[in-house]
Amino acid sequence: MPESHLFTIENFYHFAKERKLMAAQCDNCGTLLVPPRPVCTNCLSKNLEWIKLKPKGKLLTYTVIHVASPRFQSLAPYAVGIVKLEDGPNLPGMIKGIEPENIKVGMDVLVDFDTNIPAEWPMWPRYFFRPS
Amino acid sequence: MTGKPLVSIVSAGLSKFGKMQGLYGRELFAQAAKEAFDRCPNLDPKKTVKALFVGHMGESYEHQGHTGAASANWAGLLPVPAMRTEAACASSGVALRCGVLAVLSGLYDVVMVGGVEKMTHRSTAEVTEFLAMASDFPFEQWHGITFPGLYALMATAHMHKYGTTEEQMAMVAVKNHGNGVLNPKAHMQKEITLEQALSSRVIAWPLKLFDCSLITDGASCLILTKPELANKFTDTPVHIIGSGHACDTIGLYERKELTTLNAGKLAGQEAYKMAKTTPNDIDVAEVHDCFTIAEIIAYEDLNFCKPGDGGKLVEEGITHIKGEIPVNTSGGLKSKGHPVGATGTAQAYEIYLQLTDQAEKRQVEDAEIGLSHNVGGSGATATVHIYKRG
Repeated sequence: MPESHLFTIENFYHFAKERKLMAAQCDNCGTLLVPPRPVCTNCLSKNLEWIKLKPKGKLLTYTVIHVASPRFQSLAPYAVGIVKLEDGPNLPGMIKGIEPENIKVGMDVLVDFDTNIPAEWPMWPRYFFRPS
Repeated sequence: MTGKPLVSIVSAGLSKFGKMQGLYGRELFAQAAKEAFDRCPNLDPKKTVKALFVGHMGESYEHQGHTGAASANWAGLLPVPAMRTEAACASSGVALRCGVLAVLSGLYDVVMVGGVEKMTHRSTAEVTEFLAMASDFPFEQWHGITFPGLYALMATAHMHKYGTTEEQMAMVAVKNHGNGVLNPKAHMQKEITLEQALSSRVIAWPLKLFDCSLITDGASCLILTKPELANKFTDTPVHIIGSGHACDTIGLYERKELTTLNAGKLAGQEAYKMAKTTPNDIDVAEVHDCFTIAEIIAYEDLNFCKPGDGGKLVEEGITHIKGEIPVNTSGGLKSKGHPVGATGTAQAYEIYLQLTDQAEKRQVEDAEIGLSHNVGGSGATATVHIYKRG
């Protein structure tokens, strides 16, 4: 396992396995980096720290996928969307626990976690969205 | 006065687009190159072409990388330095940009730029997976978001923000299929009705089968030279007077706005400024209609109309082949087809034909200035080029 202080995508998903939605916050300019990355892309500082995000937000847009790649075809049709988290950054992911025809742009959602997947590339525990 | 010529196109070639069973990508490229050589008898390719830039998206399709050398080999251009450019569906838009830079640098007097992709021997599921590689793996592909899915996310956002309709998107498909009928090299040469488009099966709601471009095999190329040498090779060159190229986040979700492609806007602004032209000057345009919503967004990003009015532009017939700004006279990616690596220079090929009066049944009368707009992925790369009749 890589060092947990590194601001990597793999560590983002290690936290997801612990049901935590984490971002890297830049100590210099305050930018929240989701996904985390080793250097702040706003001010190029390396002074970052992990911060736990509130697992909720609003749905910005969505689609219902009918034709999927082989890995996902057995799940189709399924809904995916982009959520604006209450803390600011956007996150894409699947929308579960609601019939696709009832999904509305602007609806409030919570971030949940599917932790039954090992946390090593190319397999990561997925977060997903569900209605709040 | 428009900007001064940066480089000149003295010839161009395009393979037939379609399901080219039994052919390798490099064989399609050789066909395109041969057409370009034959079109320009005053140019001895063996002696004159000094470098090759070739766009190619994916080695997965044919288990074949190293496309630069393979293309130069089959085109008969060895031992020229050849290199592959990769920027997903903008791979050959970027090859064209590299060719412009290479000639402007003074290192080469004459170069070939082009692109190639062989896709149709793969299943739709496989192609869906390979195309998705142009998007972010850990946050998009890993969460089941397909390529049509990304444009569907933009379509939903555009519909919600501006009231754009599924009918307006379908009108893009109907228009481009109508143009494809006039292009003997187009993959599909079949008119479709609005009703057919709207009732086709859902791929990623709100996008249906007829909102999506085609999985196609094909290759395209151009021969570029310095403007002062153009007349040595042809009496009818086409000058490139503007070149723009910009990038954006690999993930769609990181963008501030989901209803516009900022890279497309910036590339357009750079090209317009260099060409000293405005959208009103454009007589004919090829824009990146990988999905119908992408053409609507392209109108807005290129300032053919203001943000949110793209749907109305197609509805009012402005972008029809007989309209004020004919868009995608070739049939576009929608009907001519979208062999992803070949698309950028295939768009330039159509503009070259239009500005040299070789577009036959789809010729736009008195076309003097043209534009091509090529997008990679969900908009992480865009190139825009502006052309003028020589």
